[in-house]
Amino acid sequence: MTSRLDDREQELVRQLQEDIPLTPQPFADIAARVGMTEEEVVETVRRWVEDGTIRRFGAMVRHQRLGYKANAMSAWDVPEERVDEVGRALADAGEVSHCYQRPRAGGWQYNVFAMIHAATEGECERIAAALARQVGIDSYSLLFSSREFKKVSMRYFVE
Amino acid sequence: MDIIDKQLITLIQAGFPVTERPWAAIGEELGISEEEVIGRVSAIHDSGEIRRIGASFDSRRLGYASTLCAVHIPQEKLEDAVAAINAYHNVTHNYERNHHYNVWFTLIAPSRERIREILDEIESRAGIGPILDLPAKRLFKIQVDLPVIDD
Repeated sequence: MTSRLDDREQELVRQLQEDIPLTPQPFADIAARVGMTEEEVVETVRRWVEDGTIRRFGAMVRHQRLGYKANAMSAWDVPEERVDEVGRALADAGEVSHCYQRPRAGGWQYNVFAMIHAATEGECERIAAALARQVGIDSYSLLFSSREFKKVSMRYFVE
Repeated sequence: MDIIDKQLITLIQAGFPVTERPWAAIGEELGISEEEVIGRVSAIHDSGEIRRIGASFDSRRLGYASTLCAVHIPQEKLEDAVAAINAYHNVTHNYERNHHYNVWFTLIAPSRERIREILDEIESRAGIGPILDLPAKRLFKIQVDLPVIDD
């Protein structure tokens, strides 16, 4: 799972996590900074997209401008033996963008998380209620964000 | 923002061509020149509609560890504690939420040990805690194309 990147590959990550240059041959410009050839950069980026090292390559758009006004973090208290089935069912919902199993912790009994996106908070609540009926789990909590304190892209290999 | 700009955004969001002359390839699809593509993308970028054009990496595949953290912070401590949390470049998302655990943030670091160290530092510096450390045990879905979230 863990890939050990050499120094040039780490430098390539540092370049690709910034904006690519708006020049006719952006990968050639990046190659010059990294000490690779243009061909090596193009091949490495393609390989990383292929093997999942790069989740997505392209433009990141401000999503609140595209009609998804509300999001709710739904947290579900699922018996261990049903986690697999319930996790898959929640993940199948079109309104759910992320779904994870996480550990329970002191004072926190929920072990499956699903991020729900909709136009309004009320709609998020209706979606969660419908999902609750569908999976037969009534112990869940919906957490809405009231303030965004920080939202940035991670910058790797800078420490 | 005209119809070509909208098509352009769609194209460079989902299927950005990783090739020697990407803007020329996009121009060919849209029936406009490479130069016009670069001009339009610059203008859209400057308008703030696009945050960044580049790569979004899978932290695990780069050898990093990540976790979701939750903590109860009393109102009178909130501002200082949030500043202490956000001071780490390892904290990428941080939200106030309507729950006893009212602050939720994501943390990415080179190792699990470094994550524990950062959480211990935050607890002692901000005088808060305990911080719940909830690393994913299993991933059922991560959809990065719609809605678009840069993480």
